[in-house]
Amino acid sequence: MLGRRGSLRFLAVPPFAWLILLFVAPLLIAILISFRGERGPVDFGSLLQLSTLQYEKIVDSPLWVRLLGISAVMALIVAIGATLLAFPIAYFLAFRARERAPVFLILLLVPAATSFLMRVMAWKLLLGSSGAINSFLLWTGLIQEPIGLLLYSQAAVVITLIYVWTPFAALPIYGALQRIDRSHLEAAADLGSGPWSRFWRVTVPLSLPGVLATFFMVFIPTVGEYVTPFLVGGTDGIMYGNLIQDFFTRAGNWPLGSALAVIMLVITLALVAIALRVVNLRRVVA
Amino acid sequence: MTAVTPRIRRGAIGVGHTRLPLGPAYALLLALLYLPIVLLVVFSFSANTSLSFPLKGFSLEWYGKAFGDAAMLAAARNSLVVATIAGTIATSLGFAVSMAVLRFRFAGRRILLALAAAPLVVPFVALGVALFLLFNLIGVPRSLLTIALGHSVVALPYATLILLSRIIGLDPALEDAAMDLGASYPTTLRRVILPLVGPSLMSAWLTSFIVSFDEVALANFLAGGDPTFPVFLYGQLRFAGRIPVLIAMAVLLMTGTIILTLIANRLRSRNS
Repeated sequence: MLGRRGSLRFLAVPPFAWLILLFVAPLLIAILISFRGERGPVDFGSLLQLSTLQYEKIVDSPLWVRLLGISAVMALIVAIGATLLAFPIAYFLAFRARERAPVFLILLLVPAATSFLMRVMAWKLLLGSSGAINSFLLWTGLIQEPIGLLLYSQAAVVITLIYVWTPFAALPIYGALQRIDRSHLEAAADLGSGPWSRFWRVTVPLSLPGVLATFFMVFIPTVGEYVTPFLVGGTDGIMYGNLIQDFFTRAGNWPLGSALAVIMLVITLALVAIALRVVNLRRVVA
Repeated sequence: MTAVTPRIRRGAIGVGHTRLPLGPAYALLLALLYLPIVLLVVFSFSANTSLSFPLKGFSLEWYGKAFGDAAMLAAARNSLVVATIAGTIATSLGFAVSMAVLRFRFAGRRILLALAAAPLVVPFVALGVALFLLFNLIGVPRSLLTIALGHSVVALPYATLILLSRIIGLDPALEDAAMDLGASYPTTLRRVILPLVGPSLMSAWLTSFIVSFDEVALANFLAGGDPTFPVFLYGQLRFAGRIPVLIAMAVLLMTGTIILTLIANRLRSRNS
């Protein structure tokens, strides 16, 4: 171990330094800037002139607070939807596919590996008023007028994101189901437990860490989404992320944008912390 | 009836009695996942100028135009550069984190592991804002390099998880043996560990590469005048007339990404 001891520095220092410089420091800077009073240029000298002005503005803006709530609910629906669709996929792969599981897994990886923007675009083109669904229905004569409500709505954003996340969502659940010791199920069967009660009282509880990991894997990026709402949401479907992005591009108010981002980050991390208390996620990773 | 027949076949336990048509349900879900992608590919080969039925016949026009579009080709090349840099950094750091955490007991061990996984729980828009402000504050102009730096951070959890799961199964005695025979630690890493985890390193690199290659939400905040392909695409998608060419190019790049993903998956399952 002697020769190795000296090597610890060589292994641990680069990732530590990298993450502190490019992950911890930027987040701290964003927090500091969110406490700035005015928009002026950002420099080290004025970084510590703190004010709660931006947070007061946000608290006084019911529309923004409401948008945060709407985005959280949309992310909740997307996360639940993707998890519910992913569960049977994962269950099939883990328990039914047997020796063909690798093949079925590859079939699932293809849509997962398809470009995110392309899959969002696919739905824009499917749902548009001259899009594939409408033109197909017109062509077959099932409708006479294009259905206008398909695109540019919250529903379009939610449907698109559920679609985008489902193939990824299946992977952690599949991992959790695979790790279930089959002898637990045998024991339950020997003790007279039927298929449904085995499923609900053995399989589901044991897969819970994977299910929860999936939920957050979908929920976290969705809360901060701005790309999908921009492409398929229109004005009715904008999310909290669009608000943040707007303050960094068109509106150009970085302190306010930072404050909005910090609020979202704090809420997200609080939810993750609660979840980590409920289920030990380390078992999912290990 | 004297002999008790086993009620349930081994292996089928817990599911052998479900009458739910799981197979057809899987097929249906998979079909729904493929349908939109297949439609895009079909339309990329059609003469239609918009994505509407009926199809107007086979055409390679959009692919021809895609190869003639200099800005788009430059964006695709930029993505390759960014993803190569990000993938290499993330894989190197992920390897260092895995070895440090699995082979040493030290004060910051849990913190290092938590930090390496933490980018997973931060929404990209928040990290994008934070890195944007950092680069502004220290006076680094936004460029392909700033995108690559950002991507190296978000790809690190993936690289680390892949390498951790491989190295956790390696017997530390191999390293001890090499070092007892006089090899220095760097030599042991190079001659003993690296050959053993080679395919997993490659898989971690490919996965990080793909994470970066496809990423738009973070890159949007960190791009200067020179966009990566997803940033370029994001900026162009509002122009309806451009869509067929964009789709053709995206289909080409997507094919590459899918192949890389399948290779990464194969390497990982073989190496463990």
